[in-house]
Amino acid sequence: MEERPLLDVQKLRLYFKTTKGTVQAVDDVDFQLETNQAIVIVGESGCGKSSMAKAILRLLPRNVAEYSGKVYLGGNEIMGLNEEQFRKQVRWVKMSMVPQAAMNALNPVLRVGDQVAEPLMVHFGIEKNDALAQTKTLFQRVGVPVDFINRYAFELSGGMRQRVALAMSLSTSPDVIILDEPTSALDVLTQSNIFNLLKGIKKGTNASFILITHDIATSSELADRVAVMYAGQIVELSDAEVFFKEPHHPYSAKLMASVPRLRGNEEPDFIVGRPPSLINPPEGCRFAERCPKRFARCTAEPPVTRLGNNLVKCWLYS
Amino acid sequence: MTIYENTNVTTATIKPDPKTQTSLLSVQDLRVWFELRKFGFAHIGDVHAVDGVSFDLGFGESIAIVGESGCGKSSLMKTILALYKPTRGRIWFNKTDLSTLKRNEVKEYRSKVGFVQQDPYGALPPFLSVKGILEEPLIVHGVKSKEERLQRVTKVLEEVKMTPVNEFLSKFPHMLSGGQQQRVVIARAMIMNPKLLVADEPVSMLDASVRVEVLKLLRNLQEQHNLAVIYVTHDLSTVRYFSERIFVMYAGQVVEKGKVDRLVNNPLHPYTFALLEATSDPDAGNAKVMKVIPTGEPPSLVRPPSGCRFHPRCPKMIAGKCDVDVPPESNPAEGQYVSCWLYE
Repeated sequence: MEERPLLDVQKLRLYFKTTKGTVQAVDDVDFQLETNQAIVIVGESGCGKSSMAKAILRLLPRNVAEYSGKVYLGGNEIMGLNEEQFRKQVRWVKMSMVPQAAMNALNPVLRVGDQVAEPLMVHFGIEKNDALAQTKTLFQRVGVPVDFINRYAFELSGGMRQRVALAMSLSTSPDVIILDEPTSALDVLTQSNIFNLLKGIKKGTNASFILITHDIATSSELADRVAVMYAGQIVELSDAEVFFKEPHHPYSAKLMASVPRLRGNEEPDFIVGRPPSLINPPEGCRFAERCPKRFARCTAEPPVTRLGNNLVKCWLYS
Repeated sequence: MTIYENTNVTTATIKPDPKTQTSLLSVQDLRVWFELRKFGFAHIGDVHAVDGVSFDLGFGESIAIVGESGCGKSSLMKTILALYKPTRGRIWFNKTDLSTLKRNEVKEYRSKVGFVQQDPYGALPPFLSVKGILEEPLIVHGVKSKEERLQRVTKVLEEVKMTPVNEFLSKFPHMLSGGQQQRVVIARAMIMNPKLLVADEPVSMLDASVRVEVLKLLRNLQEQHNLAVIYVTHDLSTVRYFSERIFVMYAGQVVEKGKVDRLVNNPLHPYTFALLEATSDPDAGNAKVMKVIPTGEPPSLVRPPSGCRFHPRCPKMIAGKCDVDVPPESNPAEGQYVSCWLYE
């Protein structure tokens, strides 16, 4: 039997029921993640990036219309687990998440130390004092002064809160850490410091990362692989080296061209139009309407073409 | 504090008396402090949000103020908008001293200064339609005729490229995308035909694909209306496409100022250097190297560090000098001013 990668997501689908119809937030997404690899999921807001993270961790709202697909973690299928098993075996044990806007993700009425210690106590049955001692080591690792353990979230700066949220996700030494826009609310210097920290963690542990962001420039600080999402689907999945030099999909190319650069003289350009509604996404290629390279075949659903190590969902390449 | 000598050739001949000068806005040794009180009355200190900032802004000129959160950018901006009163120092707008304005004159002044907020959705009242939002300033400033109001609303919406206008007039903010909301905010700032536009992080909440569109729109408006723009941001990569001069602020003070190209290609102050170093361009090589970034956080503005305020984080700190004496402003290269002991 061929060995499976650490995380293998197949035909993951998450639809929501709304009063206006079914929202196809995540539509048959496939991707793989190797041990100690970082994959970056980029795309415009509303393209289903965060929903995908939630679908993988099964943090679902109540209005789910359809939730299907297969997710293999370390060779085991986890979509078939019931909620109790999932909570005990997967969530926060093997996979953890740093949610978007960590400031709001911390509980305002608990001391941050207790919050970081909680997963250790719940999942591994560690005594509170030992858990707090481990929390101190974690704080040192992520660069939070140890005496902050007794502080509340509001007493910390944005960067420190982000570090605490990161400590929380590291506490159980998970295999996969999902980072949802970890630095979008932070200042540039703090942002770089957090990315330095993430690079250090990636080097020092075996953890793999799924980084969800709309900021392509900073995403390059961590990326090994880049997945571009558009209207609920992955349209390109490439090695970072290929993607940042010459992206294949016309949408990826436009997205890269829209990034203002500090060095170099290219004038950035914007993408005309806006992403389609996910309630009734267009037939065929979903980007066709805004695509400069559209041609007759684009009215049919494009197949996924493999170019070396890279996958593209576009008729231009098949 | 020295008064900033304008580097713009057309306004280079500045005389000490601001009443005779040709710039649109002149800020002189501005200090904005907020008092801290214990139990509501006992004075226990001040937050020195803006501490000695001076600059001149010519007609139709675009400048950028760059710095981290808490460096005083917003306080400076709000003082320029006459929302805060300066503790010390003066602001001259078109030869008028803002501190001498009476209440109705402040209202008049505000019609000449437009403000673009950071979060477009938070800046737009959810219960008013686009037409209602854009009409409001006109009503406040006494445009009585309904036809004229509609005409001006239509014109400004065309200018921000929200066409066909009729489709948008009756829409409410939640029905618009982020980029469209921001264009309504810009339209509202433009409707009184201001001379100065203050834009506070106008694109930081928007998607990358729309950011450039909104920046280009602002740039076009600036050129067409000969509008002066103060662009407040922490993102240096967008500044290049927008402004002629950059002011780098740290802990309430301007540490370096100069023409954009000089500052980006040849930064002098270690803080400017760090800001540039921290700004990434999309490149796969980034993942392989660690960035050299000063750790720590901006200092408290209640008791700012002695000497140079950046010295506790500065990699080039000269002990006994940087932590004792305030560095004077020097002019090591043409069109570039820096407050740092390295260049004295």
